[in-house]
Amino acid sequence: MQQDPAALVVLSRVEKRFGDAVVLRDISFSVARGKSVCIIGPSGSGKSTLLRCINALVPVSSGSIEIDGIEVNDPALDKIALRRKVGMVFQQYNLFPHRTALQNVMMAPIHVLKQDRREVEDRARRLLAKVGLAEKEQAYPGELSGGQQQRVAIARSLAMNPLVMLFDEVTAALDPETKKEVLVTIRQLAEDGMTCMIVTHEMGFAREVADHVYFTEKGVIVEHGPPREMLAHPREERTRAFLDQVL
Amino acid sequence: MTPLPVLLTPGRAALCRSAGYGLRGLLGGNTLAVVLAAFCFSILAGEARAEASAAGLLGVLALLLKWAPLIFQGFLFNLLVSVLSMLAGTVLGLWLGLGRVSQFAALRRASSAVIQFFRNAPWLVLLFYCMFLLPFSVTLPFATIPLPDAAKAVIGLSLPVMANVAEIVRGGVRSIPLEQWESGEALAFSRRQILWMVILPQCLRRMIPPWMNLYAILTMSTTLISVVGIQDSMTLARAALVAEGRTELFIPMYLMLLSWFFLYCYPIARWTTALERRFQVRI
Amino acid sequence: MATGMEGIADFFRWLNDAHGVNLSIFYDALDRSRFLEGLWTTIELSIICILLSLAIGILGAWFQGSRFGPVRRIVQAYIQFFRNTPPLVQLFFFYFAVGNQLPHVLDEHGMLVPPISNVGWAILSLSLFAGAFNVEIFRAGIEAVPRAMVEAAESLGYSRLGVFWHVLLPLAFRVSLPALNNNLVNLVKTTTLAYAIAVPELLYAAAQIWSEVLNVREMMNVLLVTYVALIAVLVALMGRWERALHIPGYNP
Repeated sequence: MQQDPAALVVLSRVEKRFGDAVVLRDISFSVARGKSVCIIGPSGSGKSTLLRCINALVPVSSGSIEIDGIEVNDPALDKIALRRKVGMVFQQYNLFPHRTALQNVMMAPIHVLKQDRREVEDRARRLLAKVGLAEKEQAYPGELSGGQQQRVAIARSLAMNPLVMLFDEVTAALDPETKKEVLVTIRQLAEDGMTCMIVTHEMGFAREVADHVYFTEKGVIVEHGPPREMLAHPREERTRAFLDQVL
Repeated sequence: MTPLPVLLTPGRAALCRSAGYGLRGLLGGNTLAVVLAAFCFSILAGEARAEASAAGLLGVLALLLKWAPLIFQGFLFNLLVSVLSMLAGTVLGLWLGLGRVSQFAALRRASSAVIQFFRNAPWLVLLFYCMFLLPFSVTLPFATIPLPDAAKAVIGLSLPVMANVAEIVRGGVRSIPLEQWESGEALAFSRRQILWMVILPQCLRRMIPPWMNLYAILTMSTTLISVVGIQDSMTLARAALVAEGRTELFIPMYLMLLSWFFLYCYPIARWTTALERRFQVRI
Repeated sequence: MATGMEGIADFFRWLNDAHGVNLSIFYDALDRSRFLEGLWTTIELSIICILLSLAIGILGAWFQGSRFGPVRRIVQAYIQFFRNTPPLVQLFFFYFAVGNQLPHVLDEHGMLVPPISNVGWAILSLSLFAGAFNVEIFRAGIEAVPRAMVEAAESLGYSRLGVFWHVLLPLAFRVSLPALNNNLVNLVKTTTLAYAIAVPELLYAAAQIWSEVLNVREMMNVLLVTYVALIAVLVALMGRWERALHIPGYNP
């Protein structure tokens, strides 16, 4: 893999073991600034673990992950500095139930970045408007639908002004109607130039949004390529078998 | 839902992790080690002090051993009071609890009032009340039963036990899902039959952990009788300290008494959590 | 107003003379003031101990999540010790045994007095006692918060302390509120133990009155009613507190 000078995220021979089980093996790729990549594959293929390794939620067994110059597999890693650059949105939204939507978006910039409250509030309002939830500012997560909560979660991560956004199967827990509103939000984000790494089962979405698609199975990257080609004409047998199942 | 301070909802209980099971764990593993360490340290400190003061006097450890048998008798008296109060309180509490879940609104309200009253009142105040205001003897048509101080204390302690047992019963009955009542009704059982043949047998098991918990609390509360003038391990310990008049004896003596209670109550607490876990899984 | 009060006082004096029911606290100024001071001391003691035991509970819950084994074990030992030994013996241990060992200091009159008074020891002992239960209650609440929520907070860049203070504790608090309230109510009831070391709280004041005026029966009834009413007020306040903290749509 040649080193792309514009690469924001670089993974080199990343390996992750849980005891004897090897969950990720020899993962190497890079993501250039402003590009979006989708990671697809059957469940248990290590996709979620990969995202968690990038965000240092889970330690890597060996290999290197570099994000804007910060090496993740480093005992002296400043996790807080890393997480200011990397935003992550989860399948289960994980909004803080004891705070309103607006407060959820405002919390981290105020407490972690120590930014001025009024500035943060303005920015939070704009972000909520951007994801289409301006009128739900004062609602508590318990009063919002799944899709709405997920959009608030996206806004919450964006409030930290990250360089790259990770999405871990964010529509998997939603019903079809609400899936769409979230996918539209993510697409808008990608078009605006955010670097995105998206783990998803939505092939149609991958085809439209991704600049590059990676298919993983059992912890290895089996195949990768531009979405239109790869999804229409996969080279590997395993890829074909998976796509047949899913599409 | 639960009437007692220590009981946490089983699914969320932070179960004791300091030691595994087995004798060491059951006897309090780390905590016991810390207490024993403190105990030994205090004895050694006491001994050092004693040697510094006057020669020819008994060492601290020897003093403790000298008084221990007597104080232990007092401790056994504490345990006796706890058993008697628990029995009386449980029997009374069962009936009060049944009244609390009765179908008759008046009975429910009356039981609720009684339960609330005795749960709100501090145990020491109830004890004082019984000690001062119960008669010295009860005259029945066929005999006059004298009420010694100890009996009044047992009655005094059984009142809050009664109220808490009633709450445990209520909690147990309420935890049985509605479907059980409905199936009983569908089989044409009367409410009383359902209660006795279907509901109570099921909740008996669930009521045991909180009931054991209550017993541990009661045992620790029996020391209150020393405040109202009844001789128990506390009064004997204090009397011993006064008799010896050695300040370096104070800490070891109290630590000894604390460890006796600990050795009695901690295994009960561990057993309670083990039972809780077991009964929860069974569902 | 004054005549109203006198009317009440007269009524109770009559009650005593005519029927022998001696509720001296209602017509005798000294007794009344002693009773009210005792009541106030009980309330003060309760408030201070509640606050202190909450602080201990939070600290203990934080240290119980520590990465260092010895720290966790110390917290566990503290909890198990205070939970499984009688609070009265703990109180005596602190006041008589530990207090005795502390060197005396000079007070403002130039006399040698122990550095911590009986009230001080009562506060310390009772707070440690209730604090031990609070640690467990908070820990159970913290463990009830889904791990995913912690992950989300960590992803946003919160440190361990930040996650604890801004996410775990507020949520754990709401989950543990019923058990916590239960414990705090018990704490207020346990303040009566301070009687044994001559702290001038309500029970002590009542005992003073009845030993002088010899109206044990009346004072006992008043005492019982007062405590039950006090606790009832507390329980009502707790209920209101629970409702105020309720989050729409959140059912842990």
